[in-house]
Amino acid sequence: MTFPVEDRQGFSVVMLSGEIDLNNSPDARKVILNSLKKMKHVMVDLSNVDYIDSSGVASLVEGFQYARSNELEFGLIGVSEAAMSVLRLARLDQVFRIYGSLDERLANGG
Amino acid sequence: MDCSSQLVTVGFCSRASNLRLLRSVMRDAAGLAGLDAGQTDAMVLAVNEACMNIIQHAYGMDPDGRIDVSLWQEPGALVIRIRDYAPPVDAGQVRSRDLDDIRPGGLGVHLINSLMDECGFVEPPSGGGNLLQMKMFARKQGENDDISG
Repeated sequence: MTFPVEDRQGFSVVMLSGEIDLNNSPDARKVILNSLKKMKHVMVDLSNVDYIDSSGVASLVEGFQYARSNELEFGLIGVSEAAMSVLRLARLDQVFRIYGSLDERLANGG
Repeated sequence: MDCSSQLVTVGFCSRASNLRLLRSVMRDAAGLAGLDAGQTDAMVLAVNEACMNIIQHAYGMDPDGRIDVSLWQEPGALVIRIRDYAPPVDAGQVRSRDLDDIRPGGLGVHLINSLMDECGFVEPPSGGGNLLQMKMFARKQGENDDISG
């Protein structure tokens, strides 16, 4: 499965969608890390994620760690309630930078 | 088999591609059990996490292991038993990581323990393997079961 990436206003926006589980989280991990390895700031759009399990969350954590180690920005935008509930359980809602949208991130200035 | 309390038993091979179908069956079973949306999400995620652990750790991603998931109702509780046929796991080694230690992986056990009222290994029947039992107790009206917190 391929997750699309769009370059917008200095960010690579990775658009995850559907159910993110052990079957496709390696694809999510790959697309997130590939964008970061191009030394691009990354926002992961979770607005169309209906379900995410701990393997999907691990892909996000890996992106977060890679970005932090390489002085890149990594954040989440439009987090669906389904995804947010799992992030809260893992207490990662306090770790990730989370914005309503890319516009909100741009307005906040980082 | 006590068909008055049995909801469903589903057997499948230890392939990640089967998890989506498993979740679909669990959602339907939750409806039969009368769980609300929050309880359903919690149960489905917990079962998914437990089966994912079996696929990754007990079977080491061997796609040909067998997993059986059974759901039934006891007075005041939904009971879920998940059986695998992998070498016995050391229950003492199955634990959540420190949530302040931010790293990929290690969240599944924490999620299961957060979502279910009881969870632990019980003696497997003959044939070996591992048998995990989880329980979700019935809530009084107004109690919050929603995983969204």
